[in-house]
Amino acid sequence: MSVGKQIKELAEGIYNSILKKKQPKIESPLRSLSNVRYDEKEGYFQLIGKMKERNLTVSTIKTFAQTLRMMALSKELIEKEDIATKREAYYVSKNWNEARFSEQPESDTVMDDVEAMLGVNREQIGFIPEEKGGDIAGKLIVVDKDPDSGKQIKIDCTKMGSGAYSIPSSVEQLKFETNAKFILAIETAGMFQRLVKHNYWRKSNCILISMGGVPTRACRRFIRRLSDDKNLPVYVFTDGDPYGFGSIYRTLKVGSGNAAHINKFFCVPRAKFIGITPDDIEHYKLPTHPLKDVDLKKIKDLIKNDPFIKHHKEWQKALTKMAKIKVRAEQQALAKWGLNYVIDKYLPDKIKDQKTWLP
Amino acid sequence: MASDNIAEQMASKQRDISVASFFEKNRHLLGFDNKRKALLTVIKEAVDNSIDACEEADILPEISVELIDLGNDRYRVIIEDNGPGIVKKQIPPIFAKLLYGSKFHKLSQSRGQQGIGISAAVMYSQLTTGKPVRIKSKVKGKPEAHYYELHIDIAQNKPEIIKEETMGWEKEHGVRIEMDMEASYQGGVQSVDNYLKETAIVNPHITIIYTNPKADQTIFARAIDVLPKKPIEIKPHPYGLELGMLMRMLKDTDARTLQSFLTNDFSRVGPGTAKQICENAALLPSTKPRDVSREMAEKLMEGIKNTKIISPPTDCISPIGDVALETGLKKEINAEFFCSVTRPPSVYRGNPFIVEAGLAYGGEQTAEGSITVMRFANRVPLLYQQGACATNKSVVQTKWKSYGLSQSSGSLPQGPLTVVIHIASVWVPFTSESKEAIAHYPEIIKEIKLALQDVGRKLGSYVHKKKRIHAESKKRDYIKMYIPHVAEALQELIGDSVDQEKVKELLSSILEEERGELQSVKVVNDEYDEELAKIGKEPKESQTTLGENEEEQKAPGAEEK
Repeated sequence: MSVGKQIKELAEGIYNSILKKKQPKIESPLRSLSNVRYDEKEGYFQLIGKMKERNLTVSTIKTFAQTLRMMALSKELIEKEDIATKREAYYVSKNWNEARFSEQPESDTVMDDVEAMLGVNREQIGFIPEEKGGDIAGKLIVVDKDPDSGKQIKIDCTKMGSGAYSIPSSVEQLKFETNAKFILAIETAGMFQRLVKHNYWRKSNCILISMGGVPTRACRRFIRRLSDDKNLPVYVFTDGDPYGFGSIYRTLKVGSGNAAHINKFFCVPRAKFIGITPDDIEHYKLPTHPLKDVDLKKIKDLIKNDPFIKHHKEWQKALTKMAKIKVRAEQQALAKWGLNYVIDKYLPDKIKDQKTWLP
Repeated sequence: MASDNIAEQMASKQRDISVASFFEKNRHLLGFDNKRKALLTVIKEAVDNSIDACEEADILPEISVELIDLGNDRYRVIIEDNGPGIVKKQIPPIFAKLLYGSKFHKLSQSRGQQGIGISAAVMYSQLTTGKPVRIKSKVKGKPEAHYYELHIDIAQNKPEIIKEETMGWEKEHGVRIEMDMEASYQGGVQSVDNYLKETAIVNPHITIIYTNPKADQTIFARAIDVLPKKPIEIKPHPYGLELGMLMRMLKDTDARTLQSFLTNDFSRVGPGTAKQICENAALLPSTKPRDVSREMAEKLMEGIKNTKIISPPTDCISPIGDVALETGLKKEINAEFFCSVTRPPSVYRGNPFIVEAGLAYGGEQTAEGSITVMRFANRVPLLYQQGACATNKSVVQTKWKSYGLSQSSGSLPQGPLTVVIHIASVWVPFTSESKEAIAHYPEIIKEIKLALQDVGRKLGSYVHKKKRIHAESKKRDYIKMYIPHVAEALQELIGDSVDQEKVKELLSSILEEERGELQSVKVVNDEYDEELAKIGKEPKESQTTLGENEEEQKAPGAEEK
């Protein structure tokens, strides 16, 4: 069934219940970590079926009306084969008088709910994010279409010089050509720059991806499609801190609570964490920063509430260790042993030795 | 030698000070502090007496009050009633002898008490204008009326008859008083107008025909044709005695022994109790009352204090009644919520009394500022000295916060509320002879507070209910605000087959069904009398319109040019 038809049917269901003088309601899956479980076989977070309901009550009527209006906007976009960025959708709502959104996060939330209700991702209902997907350099040719002529164009990511190819917000139409041996997903742009500058991808025959913090949906989808298509292992390299483990790596690998309804598409179950692990901090005698209270709290929270961490003893051990040593280390701390130590020694060693990875 | 001379000289100046000349020098004690208040006091004394007389004679009172502006701050006051009239020989002393009257000697609930009032009014008239008071009185069955013009002989406190004659009068019976006096006529809460109005409110059985100095006539019409239950006269209770009163009673009594004096002249004293009192006072029951000295009287007082005596009978009090009180309030105030209570009788110092309280909340009353307190003693409005009154103290000490009003400690609560407090007693204790404020007896304050708590609780549940309803209606309005959006979006989603109006209508009815019927708190007050409510209110200052103000502002500039 097309998404447009699905939207119309949902609306008709609401209309019919009104005609029957029954309290109309809209149900959408609860998008939070409390409504997911880690499915080891599939390799990502799956919804466990908690729903939230919106109807004619004081606390939900506004979002009830906004959800319907958002659905109407989406239907219009689909029919006209148009798109709107999340920000544009927020501005469209300014025509809705008392039903308008006062801040963009509100409209993003309603949009995510519509998405979750329909079980599709937001590109399918006509909305796209503004954020960049991430940067690519290395042994990869991306096959895309020219937006005007529709002609196929090939982008060679080895020929970006000191720059990089930018992942578009929608990646479904892309095709790939590569003979690389693995994908290395990197947290910081700084580390990415160093590896690009010194042609690390050529030496180790790989594709480098800069995630720039928590990877966007487009970035996750890109890595997923590329690694599935070309059957490539994915190695993740972040700072050695709870944010790198629990937010960046966890989201890339198994998805998030907030987007649980679409994790299926936006996860990379085959990703492995190569560093920086708490063991690395000791082993490489890295310069450290003391953990702040928020970091310790995050570690506690991960161990207690994150279904992914709860599933993996190794991660619990690593996090417990970090809580004990009470320090964290950045990727670039490796520069202590020389600017190119990371290229010459750290990465080759780590990629070679699976025992030093985390699941 | 010299000292003898001085004593002689002093002795020549020493003489009896008559009650009349004492009060001439202390007129403020009687309520004649200023011209405005004097006018009110005169009318109040005359009207109170008229109503008392009518009620005592089982006549539904109809009283006419007329004020005539004579210029130069002088007014003529004419008060006429349909009472039983006054017999000829009593007319001069009643009007021209201070402390002469029937009420001081008996204990029964009445408006006047001491017998000072009307003669003090006459004296005030005489002092400020020199004119005699004119009295016309006709007793039922007599063919003619008696007419007197009287002065008070201030030095000797006795009437001085200026003129005396008989004349015809179309009235069957009644009294008409006419006197001229220095006065000032003003509106406002402490005005004659307001006094008459409040009197009408708590006395629905009387008719007052009032003509003000501008010759506007207002008729406060009778609302019920039944006289209030007649108060029963009781003998004093020993616990209420003061030494002076006891000594006078000992002098006046017909009883031959102390024992019979106690049993005959007091309530709740039987032979056993009388013996007990004498025993505790170490006096012989057979002592002749006339032989009791001051020292013995003091012993007797002590003896009474140490003897257990049952409380006085309380059926002698006639309250207004909670229904009548509420009806009166409704006429006066267009409020949302009314309630009232009549407390069971209680006793202070041997005097039975009843407290009644009523309140009117919300509606057209302003929410800013302190609440309004209306005070009554034996159905007489008290307009002055609110701050010194036991009622005020009781209101201040009541915790109104729990009844939904704001109140800072030690002051009246704030909010759109009028509180009425009535105390009925055979002897209302006032703080002064001008009868403006009720004395702070703990028993009385306790009763007033209990009455206020009673009506306060009812008010509290109303105020809280109102708040709930208000919150609920706000919620509904909020939900309803989004209904058109639902309708519009559904039409956009499904197509023109969706009737937006119908969706709105259905959603509203679903909402009503889900949330239940919304109770209303509108003002429904059939008793409200707009004309009546205006009487006695401060006249509003004439407002200048915006345009006029602008012109005034421009004017100086124009002159400069």
